[in-house]
Amino acid sequence: MTETKTVDIPVQNGDEDRYQLKLGPQHPATHGVLRVDLDLDGETIVECDPKVGYLHRGFEKLAEHRTFAQNIVLTDRLDYIAAMSNNVGYCEAVEKLLAIEVPERAKFLRVMVCEMSRISSHLLWLATHALDIGAMTVFLYCFREREVLLELFAELCGARLTTTYTRLGGVRQDVTHSIMAKLDQFVEKFPSCIEEYETMIDTNRIWLKRTIGIGQLSAEKAVDLCLTGASLRGSGVDYDVRKHMPYAAYDKMEFEVPVGETGDTYARYRCRMEELRQSNYILRQCIDMMPPGPIVGNDAPDLVMPIKPGKQLEVDVHAGNALFNLIEDRNVFMEGDIYVATEVPKGELGFYFISDGLGRPYRMHIRSPSFLHIGALGTMGKGVMVADLIAIIGTLDVVLGECDR
Amino acid sequence: MEPIGIAKELQKKFPDSISEITTHRGQVALMVERTPIVEMCRVLKTDYQMNHLNCLCGVDNLSRKMAHGERFEVVYQLYSIQNRVTLRLKAQVPESDPSIDSITCLWSGANWLERETYDFFGIVFNGHPNLQRILTAEGWEGYPLRKEYALRGDTEWKGFIELKEKARQLSKFDFYGAQVEQE
Amino acid sequence: MEKGGIAMGKMNNNLVQIADGIKIIPGASAIVAPLNKLINWGRAGSIWPATFGLACCAIEMMVAGSSTNDLDRFGIIFRASPRQADCLILAGTITKKMAPVVRRVYDQMPEPRYVLAMGSCACTGGVFDTYAVVQGADEFLPVDVYIPGCPPRPEALLQGLMKLQEKIMQEQGRWSQLV
Repeated sequence: MTETKTVDIPVQNGDEDRYQLKLGPQHPATHGVLRVDLDLDGETIVECDPKVGYLHRGFEKLAEHRTFAQNIVLTDRLDYIAAMSNNVGYCEAVEKLLAIEVPERAKFLRVMVCEMSRISSHLLWLATHALDIGAMTVFLYCFREREVLLELFAELCGARLTTTYTRLGGVRQDVTHSIMAKLDQFVEKFPSCIEEYETMIDTNRIWLKRTIGIGQLSAEKAVDLCLTGASLRGSGVDYDVRKHMPYAAYDKMEFEVPVGETGDTYARYRCRMEELRQSNYILRQCIDMMPPGPIVGNDAPDLVMPIKPGKQLEVDVHAGNALFNLIEDRNVFMEGDIYVATEVPKGELGFYFISDGLGRPYRMHIRSPSFLHIGALGTMGKGVMVADLIAIIGTLDVVLGECDR
Repeated sequence: MEPIGIAKELQKKFPDSISEITTHRGQVALMVERTPIVEMCRVLKTDYQMNHLNCLCGVDNLSRKMAHGERFEVVYQLYSIQNRVTLRLKAQVPESDPSIDSITCLWSGANWLERETYDFFGIVFNGHPNLQRILTAEGWEGYPLRKEYALRGDTEWKGFIELKEKARQLSKFDFYGAQVEQE
Repeated sequence: MEKGGIAMGKMNNNLVQIADGIKIIPGASAIVAPLNKLINWGRAGSIWPATFGLACCAIEMMVAGSSTNDLDRFGIIFRASPRQADCLILAGTITKKMAPVVRRVYDQMPEPRYVLAMGSCACTGGVFDTYAVVQGADEFLPVDVYIPGCPPRPEALLQGLMKLQEKIMQEQGRWSQLV
């Protein structure tokens, strides 16, 4: 394996040969609406300045005007590739804030849908990453398996992407035999599919040339840039929220966290491919160990819709409290704040809540992995070629919906 | 070491700056003054291996029911990957002078988080390399996450007004727009 | 037709209509159609949308283009440049920051051009009734087809594109003032 190093380009002031290139927001390789302002010397990037906010929808402001239960629907639209993980992340946070118990079966179901969405997200990542680098066929193969999972989501909760599957204190619907049978089939078949993808690109010379040594990050640098998820683990830092702060039923699951060594695009690719296998293994355990029982806890708040559905945004205090009338006397409306992190396919998704006892979040901050990953792009993109920047954007696995919120 | 132990030790090191240690649902939070925030983070990062910055965000305490010190707060959530402990610092920022020192010297990842906080709350980070608005559009007025800012916005962004005017003018060159004009 | 000779008149009886107003002469490898219908037919069968994903709906748009649904069979091929495209699929939430960019992409497209608003956000702003979101793409763009859903299934996008084809088939005077 040859390792190429990033070169420091001597920057001369007033260099007339510099060329400015605005990449995006309408560009097929920027995964949505990312814009990167580049300062080029030949084809080498001297300055790289990512610009975001083209999908800023005012999530955090909107969440302050809606009740805790209503906000679940918003979390789908954060990382729309893996909506289930966001649902689970949000509900885990609110449940911890309001001290709501989740029954065992719901915990297993949550792990199951989380891993399903992790697989579907990684498949989309692989498809688009390969497409950006120039391998068209992988795209078609990945979408074949992804479609199976999306249809399972549709069978489970009626929607393919925006699932809104979790509820405060449980999940919305139980799995049917048909879903479990189909999932069992998928889990049985999926390892051979991963091998199929790997035969296509693992030994492909173009793929290797375009990933090995590109976007190299040392472990210290990756931590310094606040990277999380596979982007961090590719650099050799063993940090996975599922292991560090287990939520749902992850403490009962047996799985390994793949860690890379070299910290380049290829290492991150290997990490994610291994994660696909681990997720599949977790799914197998979920199917085998799924406990019987209720799917919503006894003390879960009643899901009463506000009195005037047309005016949900101006829902008054009483209607907000109606959502929580079951647990009001248990004094969960205490003032307090909490930060709960979960491991979504992109990295660490954290919710920071402040509750002041009105049934609505006083403040909801979303720590989205993609936001920090794009923040790191400015550092990683310096001194590389333009074509490598596309590979770096792909390897960071960003979703703009989550980044801009 | 338990987070509460770290909090107690930190209080010994900075006796005047830490006003309160609270525990909520097992998470320890420190209410701190804004002046020594960089020093405090540096101590936590080097002496207690709190090397991972989970989250940095602003809070507007304007309409909070329970009385809080100052109008604004900047919340730092730190985590130690080696020791698996987490700690939260809540720095108080007064309304009269909404500014605080930047911690980009400790984590370069804080760069964008601080820009975001500036964008939403108007809290200025001293020593930040590139303190510009990040998520809102160019020339945006007001700070959206302040409590007095309306959900649908106080004023229309002028870029959008210009765009609508431009769209109206260009519509006569469109196929359907031209038809309407002829009639 | 009267001057077309006997053979032509004979054939006229068994013309096969393959689309609205487009008739094929069996065996003669020829088409009989009014010019405007012929042009509309050509346009409807080769809608080339610009690749322009905004948010969640873009993922469903990608699915629609992948092997399961396969947009290619309708003659729909995604083009990366708006200058080579004649249809803009607004797949996702349009924020105020993005709106001038969307307009610029639209302005770069040559006539005839069509706009599909895909999903609730592009149609009406959807759930995001906030300071940063445009409440419907029709505030600054002439929208031809609205596709509801959050996000619409790929089949819904297909339906929308077929509605657009129907609309194109009924057009008059778009190619030239004369036809």
